[in-house]
Amino acid sequence: MSIFIDENICNGCKGLPEARCERICPGDLCYRKENLKAAIRDQSACWTCACCVKECPVQAIELKLPFQICSNGSSLKVRLRHDKTIWTVWDAEGHQEEFFIQARSLKGD
Amino acid sequence: MSISYIDTDILIIGGGAAGCFAAVEIYKRAPTCKVVVMEKAHIERSGCLAMGLNAINAYLHAGQTPDSYVSFVERHFEGIIRRDLVYSIVKGLNEAVKDVEEMGLPIEKNEDGSYKVRGKRSIRIFGERLKPILAEAVQRTPSQVLNRVVATNFIYDGNRVCGAFGFGVRNGVFYVIRAKAVIVATGGASGIYKPNNTGEARNLLWYCPWNVGTGYAMGIRIGAEMTSFENRFVALRVKDVNAPTGTIAVGTRSKQINARGEDYLERYYQHLGGNKCLTHHRLLATVEEKKIGRGPCYLDTTTLNEAEERRLKEDFLNMNPQIVLLWANKEMNPRKKPVEIQGTEPFVVGGHCQAGYWIDVERRTTIPGLYAAGEVAGGAPKKYVSGSWVEARIAVITALEDIKGVVLKDRDDEAILREKTRVFSPLTKKTGLSPVMARERLQKIMDEYAGGISMNYALHEERLLEARRLLKSLKDRMGDIAAINNYTLVEALECIDRIDVARILVEHLIYRKETRWACYQTRLDYPEKDNSRWLTFVNSIYNQNTDEIKMVERPLSS
Repeated sequence: MSIFIDENICNGCKGLPEARCERICPGDLCYRKENLKAAIRDQSACWTCACCVKECPVQAIELKLPFQICSNGSSLKVRLRHDKTIWTVWDAEGHQEEFFIQARSLKGD
Repeated sequence: MSISYIDTDILIIGGGAAGCFAAVEIYKRAPTCKVVVMEKAHIERSGCLAMGLNAINAYLHAGQTPDSYVSFVERHFEGIIRRDLVYSIVKGLNEAVKDVEEMGLPIEKNEDGSYKVRGKRSIRIFGERLKPILAEAVQRTPSQVLNRVVATNFIYDGNRVCGAFGFGVRNGVFYVIRAKAVIVATGGASGIYKPNNTGEARNLLWYCPWNVGTGYAMGIRIGAEMTSFENRFVALRVKDVNAPTGTIAVGTRSKQINARGEDYLERYYQHLGGNKCLTHHRLLATVEEKKIGRGPCYLDTTTLNEAEERRLKEDFLNMNPQIVLLWANKEMNPRKKPVEIQGTEPFVVGGHCQAGYWIDVERRTTIPGLYAAGEVAGGAPKKYVSGSWVEARIAVITALEDIKGVVLKDRDDEAILREKTRVFSPLTKKTGLSPVMARERLQKIMDEYAGGISMNYALHEERLLEARRLLKSLKDRMGDIAAINNYTLVEALECIDRIDVARILVEHLIYRKETRWACYQTRLDYPEKDNSRWLTFVNSIYNQNTDEIKMVERPLSS
């Protein structure tokens, strides 16, 4: 598994012509199912670039590593703000580490 | 299936680093020039920069001169580079970086406002948002961006490129785009060789998995001259997740150690220069350690302190978040366990190495009307992202000048129908080869007969001749490739493009009868570097009518 989409959180980007993850995935892997929940068509084609994770406004998508590479179950989520990126990483025991990283220079920087 | 006809002045194929920069540059220089950007994915997150970037590795710091920079690149490529191209890039690096900084890219600075030196030619950036920043700059221009349109072939009248054909993945539309000039900026080729990871992890590649060499393949099919495909690239990366070792090695000065904890470059590879050796010798030494039984090899991160670990994680989140997941486990913490490294599968790229279109210093390809910038352009290795921006600028200046007086070519309905039929034919087949079968076949052939990971990258004539034969027979089967929807149709077209690239690559590998760049191009049957014979470019020109690949040599000073 590379991304995990939580259907309880995903709102399918209702009202938009396509879900945000579907619009952004560089590999054209995300799509909207009939129940309007987002899904990935082929986990093995995922680059784990996290573009969909970043794009999701309700944080329904988690990034994980395929089991063959990492069996510990760690995962991460991302929130984008205009000028920074906020990462939350959960380790094998569920401990959480957060990162606030500048992503865009503000005028006058 | 409907056809969409679009006319423009300049068509840019590929909205990545070079393509986006080119669109912005055209608007700056000629605001009334009509521009179309054709992009396979969505320009906000596509190509190599989709994940982000944490450093710009081509920058001219104070104290360096263009000459010293060109000499550095020449030394790292064993004497074979296009000095004219590299020089033209170096002269423009700092201005291009400044332009992107002004678009909004944060760059680490000293108190006096100058960029902090990360490495000799490198600066640290906070580039998680680099691609969206470039895309926004494009969106502020009147350029027409066609997202989710895959380029399939150039419109070519036998003399000049007059536009390109494309397939709309979302709408199923066939695009016919006529242009006075076409700038190809599609990136290099991944997926040619069997990757380290298979199964569920098969696309955890170093390079963007959807850069499949389409820009090369389209040029190959119209007989554009290509150079240096044999100068393959193999990245030395963090095992499994392919995170850049440079972030650790340059960022924290960690040493490469073998399984015994020895600084193996210094201890066993003095003849290559020890820790000061060339990039490909670092890889060679690591491959040798594995063969001898002193592997796995590592970057020694156990000397880091907590603050350095945190900084390293931030750098990786800006570029390769996967490694942070790997480390989110007590046993894998980099301060407790050194980070294992290994070589990737080989790639065909013009940004780290120099495979690509043979171009003049103005970025004209050998086909009139067609210009190349970024990874698809050959002869100028180590250009990376900032060099790609410079090339985009040069290509734009040339194209704007050249299109004066050019009129759009009349529409050739027969050629349009021919290409439309070719593109859609996999959808008409109910049964046949799946794209997955074709891709796996290609990757197996290349891995075993053209120096993939399983061969420790080594090559020799007998195996290469077998690769040539097997690739020809695979190409002949592509008439049977079948697709069930638009997504698999793109996969099918990708297979066809990859095979065209692989066939050219194998001819280049056969032709150069020496060992020039260890691991990138190691010939077991010609193990020495032979400057008396091979200080030359190996180029190729494909003839689609006869299916012949003509090899030619070009002098270094061309």
